[in-house]
Amino acid sequence: MASPERERFEQLVRASSGRLLAALIANLGDIDLAQDSLADAFLAAAQRWPRDGYPDDPDAWLYTVARRRALDHIRRESTRAGREQATLAIDAEVRADRRVETEDTLRSGVEDHRLRLVFTCCHPALPLDARVALTLRTLGGLTTGEIARAFLVPETTMAQRLTRAKRKIRVAGIPYRIPTATELPERIAAVLQVVYLIFNEGYLASDGDSPIRRDLADEAIRLGRLLQELMPGAPEVEGLLALMLLHHSRRDARFDGDGDLIPLERQDRARWHHAEIAEGAALVEQALRRGAPGPFQLQAAIAALSATAPTFAETDWPQMVLLYTELHRRSPSPVVELNRAVAVAYARGPDAGLMLLDELDRRGVLTTHLLPAARAELLARLSRAEEARDAYDAALQLATQPAERRFLEHRRAALDGDQLQGRS
Amino acid sequence: MLLIYGDPEKFAALPADVRDNWHGEYMEFTQTIAKSGELVAGDALQGIDTATTVSVEGGATLTTDGPFAETKETLGGFYIVDVPDLDRALVLAAQIPDARSGKVEVRPVLDVGDM
Repeated sequence: MASPERERFEQLVRASSGRLLAALIANLGDIDLAQDSLADAFLAAAQRWPRDGYPDDPDAWLYTVARRRALDHIRRESTRAGREQATLAIDAEVRADRRVETEDTLRSGVEDHRLRLVFTCCHPALPLDARVALTLRTLGGLTTGEIARAFLVPETTMAQRLTRAKRKIRVAGIPYRIPTATELPERIAAVLQVVYLIFNEGYLASDGDSPIRRDLADEAIRLGRLLQELMPGAPEVEGLLALMLLHHSRRDARFDGDGDLIPLERQDRARWHHAEIAEGAALVEQALRRGAPGPFQLQAAIAALSATAPTFAETDWPQMVLLYTELHRRSPSPVVELNRAVAVAYARGPDAGLMLLDELDRRGVLTTHLLPAARAELLARLSRAEEARDAYDAALQLATQPAERRFLEHRRAALDGDQLQGRS
Repeated sequence: MLLIYGDPEKFAALPADVRDNWHGEYMEFTQTIAKSGELVAGDALQGIDTATTVSVEGGATLTTDGPFAETKETLGGFYIVDVPDLDRALVLAAQIPDARSGKVEVRPVLDVGDM
């Protein structure tokens, strides 16, 4: 294939494969079969189209060919295997024939198919790592190898994970449908959890040594947009998309040239992507106006407050405290408490924040480096250098991520610098 | 198949009126799924103090008193239901009284055609 031709074809594959895959899975009730037959159809297209010209409706062509390949496969299997298998195959064929009006199925049902696929891939009966992998494979269109590299596991491990998940879907009878109204809130939350986990894998992959991991953040935002398209008006879906956009807008300002973490207060706000901030802020406002606030909307509102302040110091800290209080009321967690304490420190002074952190420390519910690191910052601001140093040491004993460790080391070293300056 | 694992400690901690009506709740649940046509089979088991475990090693039968594993939750009964998908099975599992004080494991029955 000539290069512009190839580009056109590859673009079509990217644009169509998600839609077609979902429609085929709906039609055939088998993820593997759908994937294999779609790959066959693309292969046939790659051979035929450059020679005979593109069909008027490439999606319909691909869908019809893929479906025919799948049915051929089912027939071959059924002649080979016993009667039991034949019955299964006939069931599949009947299912397929019921929707024989291929083009109509493809047009009218395509969004519905993808939404059903979302709920299947993110079903709570699957282990979380399998939900993530399956979502990226079937809805994100990543290859097994790409997913394996992104999650730093061998490709064979990832392939096994996917195979096991697909087998459980088939054998345990995980349904391929939109959950009922009573199940829906819990199941939407499960879907959002998977997408946010994908985002964080990319967002926190900061070492700069694996760009594919950072691509996961883009992929998660694409999935977030897809969910918004599939479930228009769902406030938490909007909240998650807004949250991801707002975090991601800071991607070029979060690390310095050495790959070291730059804290929010020192980031160059000119390097933030302001169009994305505007989109995220508008989205969270729209979501909150629907009158059903949830954890993602509140986190997005918090991120929007930071992102739209002209400077760090001019952030509306009292409002920030209110938002964290509300977030903690709805989904209590020690990390939210910690962040609330930091906001309190800015709104009412470091002493007030430190009191809350000390109380959190006494309860022993937060055992990550975040707590001593936050204490160290406030102690430093109160010029209690000795205690601040001890707290940085404690944080360094717990921190594992290289960029975060370097950050803490710099802060501890800066403490000495401040002190020297103070003495001279 | 819905495998019901009871936790005697948690059960004992339930209010007396709830415990008194436990059997009644089971009767009600069984009748509901019998009426809907989903019930295939179901039974309660005697306590683990009546269990005997058998294994055959090198042709010799080894018989020991008690369940095969000492766990806090023990298998106390089961239902076999005929449902269209996992979600329906999960809804039914959640209605079993012991789901509140113990656990219910949902497992598809092996269909020879799946092998």
